[in-house]
Amino acid sequence: MLTPQLVMYEDEVRRIQSVADRLQQDSRSRAILVVDKNGQLIAASGSAAELDTTSLSSLVAGNVAATGGIAKLIEEDEFTAQFHEGKDASVHMSLIGRRVILLALFDKNTTLGLVKLRVKKASTELESILEDVAKKAQSPQQSVFAEITDADIDNLFND
Amino acid sequence: MSFINYSSREINCKLVYYGPGLCGKTTNLQYIYNKTKPDAKGKMISLATETERTLFFDFLPLSLGEIRGFRTRFHLYTVPGQVFYDASRKLILKGVDGVCFVADSQMERMEANIESLENLRDNLTEQGYDLDKLPYVVQYNKRDLPSVVPIEELAEVLNPTKVPEFEAVATTGMGVFDTLKALAKQVLTELRKGG
Repeated sequence: MLTPQLVMYEDEVRRIQSVADRLQQDSRSRAILVVDKNGQLIAASGSAAELDTTSLSSLVAGNVAATGGIAKLIEEDEFTAQFHEGKDASVHMSLIGRRVILLALFDKNTTLGLVKLRVKKASTELESILEDVAKKAQSPQQSVFAEITDADIDNLFND
Repeated sequence: MSFINYSSREINCKLVYYGPGLCGKTTNLQYIYNKTKPDAKGKMISLATETERTLFFDFLPLSLGEIRGFRTRFHLYTVPGQVFYDASRKLILKGVDGVCFVADSQMERMEANIESLENLRDNLTEQGYDLDKLPYVVQYNKRDLPSVVPIEELAEVLNPTKVPEFEAVATTGMGVFDTLKALAKQVLTELRKGG
């Protein structure tokens, strides 16, 4: 069985980016990351350009996976939200639609309460977009792999 | 689970290196990291104990080039090999697109290899994967050591399905990139078949 794919088309990515941008402004966070549960970055906003978002996405996903394991062991449903407080910066992570992680990185310019409030609103919007992504995945769409040939793949590995 | 982003024109896949404790999974990634050009790799993350045993995972993002205008990026992970870290191994396997089983060629590690391979199969099955249907390669590492099992014997026990197999000495790099390229190629070929 071929492993399933997560496919994001331009429209959905644009909508997710828009939610992330709005959340970053409304919550006064430093940065917002939207990360697939497998550790792939989907969208980033704010001062994300200054961060190693690839590493951060992988670690965030690992963190959520580990705490998901803890939840399972104590017969709890997943922990849908986590908060880690630092000296200057803090992070709030929430699980959206069991598929995507929303990370808010913030500091003393805002409050946890405001971040949580804005995240809650953004979560609803993101859930709706993810439903659209899932619906689109069920109907046939043009695939990049339809154009890729075996020769293309071979050429990638020729030095 | 591969992630295709039409907006940023990227194909992202996850590869996991599996195997018993101290077989060379982390060494594989470290060699790949050291020999890859800076613009083709990201930072290597290692979540390890104070004695440098992998505790949760190693992570290395690589770019392998472009196909039809799409950047192909592979996220390489290793699992902790020690037996009691099974809960962590299950988590790291989630969303896997291709697996490399790294076997320790030493005679005294044969049982550990077998146990780890069975563990891989069980953990994949638990998550709805079938090892026989997943892109998969086997690496026989530590071929430079004196007490190694002949390849034919290793293959009979550890590669009954005859997937691509590679001899390696990860500390020197022998076989490391051959293994990676073969696995990555398998993953892309499978994705193409399904596309």
